[in-house]
Amino acid sequence: MAEHFAAPPGWTWYIALYFFLAGLAGGSYVLATIMRLRGSPQDAPIVRIGYLLPLPLVVVCALFLTLDLGTPLRFWHMLINTTPGDVGLNFHYWSPMSVGVWALSIFGAFTLLSFLEARGNLRRLPVAIPIVGSLFALYLASYTGVLLSVSNQPVWSDTWALGGLFLASGLSGSAALLVWLGRYVNGAPQTEARLSKADGYFALLELAFIVAFFITIAIAGTIGKTVSPFWAILWILVLLSLLPGIRAVVARREAPESVAASVAVIAGVLLMRLVIVFSAQS
Amino acid sequence: MPDQVGFFTDTSVCIGCKACEVACKEWNGLAGDTPQFRDSYDNTGQLDAENWRHVKFIDLVPEAPSVVGNGTAWLLMSDICKHCEHASCMEVCPTNAIVKTEYDTVFIQPDVCNGCRNCISACPYSAIGFSKDTGVVHKCTFCYDRLQNNLMPACAKACPTQSIQFGNLDDLRQKADARVAALHDQGYDQAQLYGRDDTVYGGLHAFFLLMAKPEVYGLPNAANATLPSRNNLGGYLGAAVAAVIGIFAGIVALRGGGGDA
Repeated sequence: MAEHFAAPPGWTWYIALYFFLAGLAGGSYVLATIMRLRGSPQDAPIVRIGYLLPLPLVVVCALFLTLDLGTPLRFWHMLINTTPGDVGLNFHYWSPMSVGVWALSIFGAFTLLSFLEARGNLRRLPVAIPIVGSLFALYLASYTGVLLSVSNQPVWSDTWALGGLFLASGLSGSAALLVWLGRYVNGAPQTEARLSKADGYFALLELAFIVAFFITIAIAGTIGKTVSPFWAILWILVLLSLLPGIRAVVARREAPESVAASVAVIAGVLLMRLVIVFSAQS
Repeated sequence: MPDQVGFFTDTSVCIGCKACEVACKEWNGLAGDTPQFRDSYDNTGQLDAENWRHVKFIDLVPEAPSVVGNGTAWLLMSDICKHCEHASCMEVCPTNAIVKTEYDTVFIQPDVCNGCRNCISACPYSAIGFSKDTGVVHKCTFCYDRLQNNLMPACAKACPTQSIQFGNLDDLRQKADARVAALHDQGYDQAQLYGRDDTVYGGLHAFFLLMAKPEVYGLPNAANATLPSRNNLGGYLGAAVAAVIGIFAGIVALRGGGGDA
């Protein structure tokens, strides 16, 4: 049984919202790239949205991260070492927070290129750019869970599942978001149907990681912190948000999910992060 | 290179006078605490940005003593940052604000820290606190300024019972070995050293003689004294598995057969 005596770091709304938006930014970019490489010409309007979204989301992510700092004007200390006599770049591969700040910055550059391309300000980018950008997108959407685990906090440090869980949930939420926004740009119903199917697959993957998460923290003996009555109700809502996608996969339905289902999926993505961030610190 | 220094805190002779807390606050200019009733003689509560020494009062008074003097009534312990040889806080700090000094103690540079609080999530001893006033984190400095002027830390100087002893780390370890052997001879079988050797975070520069198991004092035992980086491999592997399955599922679901969109 794990015993923890660490104090909570006081990471609350800014951090939970950052985790949420990072998942959507990374997920949207990856899905747009998959559709660009393996989709059909009819997907173009939604691919465009998938490349337009990440830049503003990343900007808000950086803003939230900075505002959460106790001394926001020193945000650049994450990247540059200001220790007297030891000046240089800060990059600690063993610290997900350090790697994550670099990944966010580099991914930001990729989102800018893709944003400009999607707006028609740039010529069509070589395919290598979105592919490499997608690697950073995958990292951004998942490292936030690893960051929580690389600590000595109850729940967070008792599981290996958070990185995978956040990534699966980010992909699911992004698919739902693109289906939803696709309705406003005359997206092809076939594209929305395929995205809904993808959402179902991602929901199944998320469910598998939720199961792994609960098993690992049950073994560690810290499950009680995150399934007390209040948090248990929120976990049930998270599980309910997975249902539309999973049901569509099981029923082999080839139709776009409803707006209500998309909104429920996105709300579940946010709720899951809120429960994990807040319950472990309660 | 100066000697490696340390604190040896012998909890068996602590009387809970809190002279260490007061000396620490006075020397370091830390604000006083608002008085609070905590159903205990402990009105400090915890280590934090304003309390770098904290005398724990661990109440083990039996509800219904059956025999006069039938066991320990109180355990007292002057808690502090342990200045770990392998420090969890230092491992996760993204700004390099947390460094080792020439005395091998752990020091937070307040002008480098940006208040991300990752160190708080990592410290297994709750020894670091965030100050809204300064916007950065604080903890015991081992009286770094006093060390540089050949003065012993204020808490050790003020301790009236020599529960807190300061000195060369190797000398303190020898003293601690002799003291725990003497207690065992007197029948105190539970007496044990915590952090004296490398089983806990590679060894602690502030190590303790305890009169019960570490968990009773709110300290992780050797099995639970683990560094945050232990979870890097598992966390990233889980993420990689999700990435591979996610990409594959995405390709299967999203393929349109029409080539480049």
